[in-house]
Amino acid sequence: MILLTDISRVFHMGDQGVRALDGVDLEIDTGEYVSIMGPSGSGKSTLLNVIGLLDQPDGGRYELDGKDVTDLSEIEKARVRREKIGFVFQSFHLVPRLTAAENIELPLILEGIPPAERKSRVDEALRGFNLQDRAAHRPSELSGGQRQRVAIARATILRPTALLADEPTGNLDHRIGAEVMVLLEGLHEAGTTLIVVTHDRELGARAQRHIAMLDGKIVSDERQGKFPGGNSLA
Amino acid sequence: MNILKLSLRMLARDWRAGELRVLVFALVIAVGGMTTVGFFADRVQVALSRQGNQLLGADLIIFSDHPLAPHYAEEAKRRGLSISTAIKFPSMTAKGEESLLTEIKAVTEGYPLRGELRISEDFSNGTPPAERVTHIANRIPSPGTAWVDEKLMIGFSLKRGDRIEVGSSRFAVDALITQEPDYSIGFLNLRPRVLINEADLAATGLIQQGSRIGYRLLVSGDSGDVEEFRKWAEQRLMLGEKIEGIRDARPEIRSALERAEKFLSLTALASVVLAAAAAALAVRRFTQRHLDGCAVMRCLGASQDAMLRLYLYHFLTLGFVASSLGCLLGFVAQQVLTYWLSGLVEAELPWPTVWPGVHGVLTGTVLLLGFALPPLLGLRSVPALRVMRRDIGMPPQGLAGYGLGLGVLALLFLWKAGDLRLGASVIGGFIVAIAVFGVLGFLLMRMLAHIRNQAGGAWRYGLASIRRRAAASVLQAVALGLGLMALLALTLIRDDLLRNWQTSLPPDAPNHFLVNIQEDQLESLTAFFKERGMQLPKVFPMVRGRLTEINGKAIASENYADIRAKRLVEREFNLSWASEMQSDNQIVKGRWWKPEDPGEEEISLEEDIAKTIGIHVGDTLTYDIAGSVFSAKVTSLRKVNWDSFRVNFFVVTPPGVLEQYPASYVTSFYLPSTHVELTNQLVKEFPNLLVLDVAAILTQVQRMIEQVTKAVEFVFLFTLLAGVAVLYAAIVSTQDERIQEAAIFRTLGARRKQLARAWAAEFAILGGLAGFFAAAGASALGYVVAEYALNLTYTFNSWIWLIGIGAGAAGVTLAGLLGTRAALSTPPLMTLRRI
Repeated sequence: MILLTDISRVFHMGDQGVRALDGVDLEIDTGEYVSIMGPSGSGKSTLLNVIGLLDQPDGGRYELDGKDVTDLSEIEKARVRREKIGFVFQSFHLVPRLTAAENIELPLILEGIPPAERKSRVDEALRGFNLQDRAAHRPSELSGGQRQRVAIARATILRPTALLADEPTGNLDHRIGAEVMVLLEGLHEAGTTLIVVTHDRELGARAQRHIAMLDGKIVSDERQGKFPGGNSLA
Repeated sequence: MNILKLSLRMLARDWRAGELRVLVFALVIAVGGMTTVGFFADRVQVALSRQGNQLLGADLIIFSDHPLAPHYAEEAKRRGLSISTAIKFPSMTAKGEESLLTEIKAVTEGYPLRGELRISEDFSNGTPPAERVTHIANRIPSPGTAWVDEKLMIGFSLKRGDRIEVGSSRFAVDALITQEPDYSIGFLNLRPRVLINEADLAATGLIQQGSRIGYRLLVSGDSGDVEEFRKWAEQRLMLGEKIEGIRDARPEIRSALERAEKFLSLTALASVVLAAAAAALAVRRFTQRHLDGCAVMRCLGASQDAMLRLYLYHFLTLGFVASSLGCLLGFVAQQVLTYWLSGLVEAELPWPTVWPGVHGVLTGTVLLLGFALPPLLGLRSVPALRVMRRDIGMPPQGLAGYGLGLGVLALLFLWKAGDLRLGASVIGGFIVAIAVFGVLGFLLMRMLAHIRNQAGGAWRYGLASIRRRAAASVLQAVALGLGLMALLALTLIRDDLLRNWQTSLPPDAPNHFLVNIQEDQLESLTAFFKERGMQLPKVFPMVRGRLTEINGKAIASENYADIRAKRLVEREFNLSWASEMQSDNQIVKGRWWKPEDPGEEEISLEEDIAKTIGIHVGDTLTYDIAGSVFSAKVTSLRKVNWDSFRVNFFVVTPPGVLEQYPASYVTSFYLPSTHVELTNQLVKEFPNLLVLDVAAILTQVQRMIEQVTKAVEFVFLFTLLAGVAVLYAAIVSTQDERIQEAAIFRTLGARRKQLARAWAAEFAILGGLAGFFAAAGASALGYVVAEYALNLTYTFNSWIWLIGIGAGAAGVTLAGLLGTRAALSTPPLMTLRRI
C-alpha cells in the first residue's frame, strides 16, 4: 500500500522556485490500477519519481507497505526499489551493451541470485513475454515493442508489488502500444499494483482509477469514471 | 562473483563497441612509452656501466699487494664468471745503452675481460695516433714477445722486431698498444708501458721479496652474479686487498654516470605525467558515457557498493590488460628502435631485465585507478532519477577530484626518481604548476568572456565554446599544458645538461699531464716551452702524505664500512698549496683563506671525500709526510668539477705550510695532436718527467657522453608519442558534445565549413592556452631541477614561450580538426534521433 501525506517537492530554476508537488495526499491500495494524467509540468512524473523512491520529497511523509520510507538512506532505498518496485520507461532505458536476456537478468544479479536460478527465471520471462528468439539480441537490434517487452520483463523479474510506468507507450505506434498495455494489464490482473503516468486520455481511461494533476496538485481522483475536464487537456 | 562476471562482460562489450578505445589507446601508448623508456633506459644503464667497465677492463677487479689466495679465482669460476689476472710493477726497461722507468704488466689469456685492447703493427714515428692503422688484439702477447706503448716506442725509437730487456729477460717488440682499457690516469701509471705474457714473468727475476708489485684478479659476467661475487669476496678481503668496480672508479666517470642516471629517471618521469593526463581525460569521458547505464542500474536497485565493485573490477582488469599491452608495445618498440639505432648506439646493448615490464604494468594499473577511482566514486552515486531527468549528472569534481591520482603520481615520482630531492623538486614543480594553471585558467576564461564581444565570427564562437565548457576547458588545457610542459622541460633540461657536458669538456680540455717535475727543473722547463713559442702552463706543487689521524684519533680502514672510504684512508693523498682557489672549485662550507694571511695551518678539503671519510669543518687532520707529522685544521669544504680534467687536489693548504716537505710539481695542458713531437722532445730532454697523454681517456669519456645523448634523444621520441596520446584523449573527450552541437547547428543552417572554422578557433585558443601553461611551467621546472637537483647553471630560454604557444595552438588545431572529422560528417538527423 502506498500512502503519501502532504508531499511537496520544489525545484529551483535560476532564482525561482517551482512547486512540482504541492501538498499531495494520496493513498493507493495494493493491486490497484491507477493512471496519473495532466499537462506537461503538472507534476505527474515528479509524483511517480517520489513513489518510485527516485526523488526525495522536500516535505511530507511517504509510507510504503506500512513503513515510513520518506528518509531512507541511499542503500535502503536501493533495496526497497529492488524488492518492491518495477519501472517501465517511455524510452525503455535498456543497457545498450547487454543483450535482451542479460538486461532481464540484471536485477537478479544485483539481488545476488545464484546463476542456475537466474537462468531459469530469465528463460521463463523470455517465454512469458514471447522474446525467446530475441534473447541474444542487443537493444539496438530490437523493435520498439520488443524493447519495451524486455523492459517490462526486467521490471517484473523480481516480482515487485508495484509497477510504475512512465508513458510506457509514448515511443510506440498505436498497435504495439496496445499490445504493451495488454501485457501490463495482465500483470495487474496477476496482483501487481500498476501506476501509469500518461498524456494519452485513451490510455489513461483504461485504468480503474484516474488521477488528474495540475500545478503540482491532485485536482481529481476518480474510480472507474470518465476523466473530467478532458477538454482542457491537450 | 556475479558482479565480477557482469563487470567483465560489460568490459568486453564496451571494448567491442569502441567505448574503451581512447582509454586503452592512451594507457597503451603511455605505458608503452614509459616501458620503452624503462626497457631502453635499463639496457642503456647496463650498457653504460659496461662502458664504464671498459675503462676498468673488467666488471670487477680485486687488487692486492701480495699474491692473491687462489680461493677468489676458484669461487669466481665456480659462479660461472670469467676471470683473468694481471700483475703490474714498475721496472727499468732497457734498449742498448738507454733505459727508462716503465710499468710492466704481465697478463694471462682472456685479458682484458671488458673493453678493447687495440694494437698496431705500424711503428712509424710521428704518425698521429688517430691515423695509425690499428686493430683489436684478440690475444695477449705470445711468450717471448712484448707489446709497448707509444711513449716507449718514441723513447727508444723502437721498430717492430727490436729487442728490449726487462730484468734478466729479452723480449721481441711485436706490437704497439694504442688503446688499453684499464689504463687509468691515476698518478701511479704514468710510466711507459710494456705488456708481456705472464708465462715469461718468472724468468725476468723481478718478482722478489720487497718488490712493489700489484696483483689483480679481473672478473666479469652477469651483473647480478658479479654483484653476488663481490659480496662474497668483500667478506674475505685481507689487509692490502681491495675491490674495485666501475662505481669505485675515477670520480669524473662516476659523476658522469650518476648524471646520466638522473637524467634518464627524469625522462621516465615525463612519460608518467603524460600517462596521468591521458588517463584523467579518458576516464572523464568514460564516466560521462556511463552515466545513463549507472542510473538505470541504480533505478533497478543496485546499491552504491555494487556499482563501485562493478566499475572497480572493470578498471582493474582494463588497467592490467592495457598496461600489459603497453609493456608489450614498449618492449617491441625499444627492440625495433634499438635495431634501427644499432649503428648509432656503438656499444652493443644487453637485454633488459623484466623489472621495467613489472613496473610498467603496476604503474599503469595504479595510475589508472588513481585517476579512475574519484570519478567512479561519483559514478556510483549517480542519482537514479537521471533515468527521468537527463540534466542530472554526477556532482562536479573539478581538479580536487584528481587528488588521489595526483597522490599516486607523487609516489610514482619519488619511486621513479629514486632520489628524494630530485623527485620532490619535480613534484613541487608540478603541484605549483597545477595550482597556478588552474587559477590562471579560470582568470583567463573570465578575461576571454570580455574579449568575446569584440572578436569576429569564428573566434567569437570559439571563445564562447571555451567559456561554456569552462571547467572542462581548464581541465583540458591543464592536462595538455602538463604534457607539453614535460616535453618542453625535457628539451630545456636536456639542452642545458648537454651544454654543461660540452662546456665541461671543451675541445681544448687539457689532454696532457706533466708529472714528477722537480723544483730545479722548473726553470729549464719554462725555457723549453719558451723555445717553442709556448708558455709553461700553471704548475701545481704536490706533496704525498698518508692521513693518519682525525682530531688526534688514529684512523684505520677497518673502521669504515664504505669500501671507498676504506680505500681512501689506505692510500696516499696528494697535498697541494695555493693562495687562490681554482675557478672550477666552489666553497660549500667554511671559507677560503685570505691571500694576506698565508702560513696558517689550514686545510681545504674536497666535499665528496670529506663526506666519505666523515670529516667536517673544524676537524684537525694529521698526515704522515715522508715520515714527518703534519697537522692542520679543516677550514673549508670544496666542490670540485672533476669533469674539467684540470689538475685538482683533494687536500689544499695555504702557501707557506707545506713548502718544507719534498715536493714535485704537476701540470696539465692542451696539446693538439699535430704537436705530438713536443712530448717526444720532453721525454728525451727530461727523462724523469712523466708525460701523461689523457687524449685517449677523453675520447673514451666523450664517446660515452655521446651515447647517452643519443639514448636520451631516442627516449624523448617516445615521450612525444605519449604527448600525442594526451592530445588525442583530450579531443575525443569532447566528441560527444561536438556531435550533438554539430547536429543542432547544421539543422539550424550552419555549413560544415563554418563549423570547422569555429572549432579550429576553439582548438587554437585551447592549444595556445595549454602552450602558455607549458612554457611557464617548463621554465620554472627547468630552473628548479637544473639549479637544485643537477647543479647546473640555468639560463632562461625566451624561445620556449613562442615555441610553446605556437606548437600548442598549431598541434591542437591540427589534431582537433582531424579528431572531429567524424563529428562533422555525421548526418544531423542521425544525431538528433539519438538525442
